[in-house]
Amino acid sequence: MSARPSIAAGEPPLVRVRDLHVTFSGGARPVRAVNGVDLTVGRGETVALIGESGSGKSVTLRALLRLHPPRRTAITGQVQVAGHDVLALAARPLADYRGKVASMIFQEPLLALDPVYTVGRQITESILRHESVPAAEARQRALQLFERVRIPSPERRLDAYPHEMSGGMRQRAMIALALACRPQLLLADEPTTALDATVQIQILLLLRELQRELGLSILFVTHDIGAAIEVADRVAVMYAGRIVEEGPARDVVRHSRHPYTRALLVGRAGGQGEHAMARGSRLRTIPGSPPDLSSLPPGCAFAERCPLAQDACRATQPESVAVAPGHVARCLRTDVSESET
Amino acid sequence: MSAAPQPPPAAGRTLLEVRGLVKHFPLKGKRIDGSPAVVRAVDGIDFQVREGETLGVVGESGCGKSTAARLLMRLIEPTAGEVVFDGMGVGSRDLPLKAFRRQVQMVFQDSYSSLNPRLTIEDSIAFAPRVHGTPARESVERARDLLARVGLEPRRYAERYPHELSGGQRQRVNIARALALQPRVVILDEATSALDKSVEAQVLNLLLDLKDAFGLTYVFISHDLHVVRYISDRVMVMYLGQVAELGPCESLFHEPRHPYTRALLASMPTMDPDRRTEEAPLAGDPPNPINPPSGCRFHTRCAFAEPVCASRPPTLGSGYGGHPVSCLMHEPGSGHSAARAGA
Repeated sequence: MSARPSIAAGEPPLVRVRDLHVTFSGGARPVRAVNGVDLTVGRGETVALIGESGSGKSVTLRALLRLHPPRRTAITGQVQVAGHDVLALAARPLADYRGKVASMIFQEPLLALDPVYTVGRQITESILRHESVPAAEARQRALQLFERVRIPSPERRLDAYPHEMSGGMRQRAMIALALACRPQLLLADEPTTALDATVQIQILLLLRELQRELGLSILFVTHDIGAAIEVADRVAVMYAGRIVEEGPARDVVRHSRHPYTRALLVGRAGGQGEHAMARGSRLRTIPGSPPDLSSLPPGCAFAERCPLAQDACRATQPESVAVAPGHVARCLRTDVSESET
Repeated sequence: MSAAPQPPPAAGRTLLEVRGLVKHFPLKGKRIDGSPAVVRAVDGIDFQVREGETLGVVGESGCGKSTAARLLMRLIEPTAGEVVFDGMGVGSRDLPLKAFRRQVQMVFQDSYSSLNPRLTIEDSIAFAPRVHGTPARESVERARDLLARVGLEPRRYAERYPHELSGGQRQRVNIARALALQPRVVILDEATSALDKSVEAQVLNLLLDLKDAFGLTYVFISHDLHVVRYISDRVMVMYLGQVAELGPCESLFHEPRHPYTRALLASMPTMDPDRRTEEAPLAGDPPNPINPPSGCRFHTRCAFAEPVCASRPPTLGSGYGGHPVSCLMHEPGSGHSAARAGA
């Protein structure tokens, strides 16, 4: 069993997101990518945000660093990270915040790293931007970071350009870069999706180890529920810009209550009863496809595809209901989904 | 979980046979010893596809699985080796390429780039039959029929263009197009990998239905072991351009014999927060196929490697019984301490 994160009584969570809405204008119709997300991440806690393409998971994550182009994006709600009101930060404090308090790793390190500087140079640059230390010390810290993320022959690799490294090594280098200024929050956007299976598990284990040793909080976005369960203390499932179910990883995988979560789990719980992808049997599927984010229905966005939907589901937006301690689902039919388990 | 003995997959006759297939892609420049530098994408593979089965192909990036698929379709010329379809050499006088391609079709990963953006999906599907001599009206009729078969109402969708469809719908169109020539074999190269899980399940169900309805044979290439296990009768594991292991699906997943297959299976997420993986089964990345390791290509990452593994390449064989594996531990008299001496 993994150690529970330390959410000591009275200690405020590191991340507190309240009623976050993100709307992109610029197209023919505004696209409502995030529609009222509430989320907390405790100190030293790993939370996975999972969902399919267009569910708003990456948009939520990027809002935490305010990476969306300001001209075409309307963000409302509250984002508090370690006492900073992120949505209100002016340009200079925002630059201080990025990398120092919260930093991000991306799916494709080859695009995220600068191709014309060595990886070591990029790490020292980040340290020198945020802290007044001599260059030699920054270099020394970069070397320690490379050792920490277990890059073989770190001294030599510091002087390598991103294209000279393999995929798994680049991902480690990007993690080292993200940790350069000892942030409290690591935002990870599908960090293992582009990796091979045998490398993916290495990176997941590294994230878990870093989280444990450095006391990091991690917000991990993925479409791969298996990867999420491998690292996360808590899991939040997103659909059409809302969190539809959230709870401890164990509860969500074993006793999921939202029909959408259940559909996602099909075929992903190796040999465990109803989730198994049994050879020769048909897979349980959900018909249709996710809704158009520029014209969302008034009720539950999943109702159209849901086997349990009733008229009430289509009329109003379901509120979150607690189905177990710390486990909530945005569904009117949790009574039925329970009796099914 | 009871390991009920699975009946062996229907032993159809060999429909597609691959013998000694090699593909080297030339690179600019030379190696240190002066020989031309090449990427050894596929480096001597032999396997058979039986009629009516689904052969799953798994492996990591750079293992040559997609190159193998393109060689099967003869989208690229092999450096050496041959593909035999139904007893006839592909590209020989008995079986010219055009005739072969009527019988073997392919579905790619990227549903968008594999459709012509300027053709309606109906025209895309009817295109190949027209090229192969079917009258225009009949081709369109067949296209509409196929659209209905893959779950896209022809009256609603036939006139649409690829960009007007979702990824899952486009992949249905690609499947319909692959079936338009009434092929016997369909090669699916990561055909469901780009789809969201809920859509992927729909497409997998569709593939199984179509296989029954049309008596198809599939070669299903994927990096997703869950899906391969679900859909395949036999599974081939590739590593750096070679076959590591090849066997019936259940025996390969229950009793993997090659250390690489075992590591690959152990790398799958456990889906159980109480039994998380504590140690990575393999360290490092797959080596580069430009300069693959000597001997057994897996020896640089293998926990059981001995000096002999660096010098002696294993051959794919049944060794001590069971399904074929390419590992010196399973090769009698190989010199590995886990192998029995002498044959």
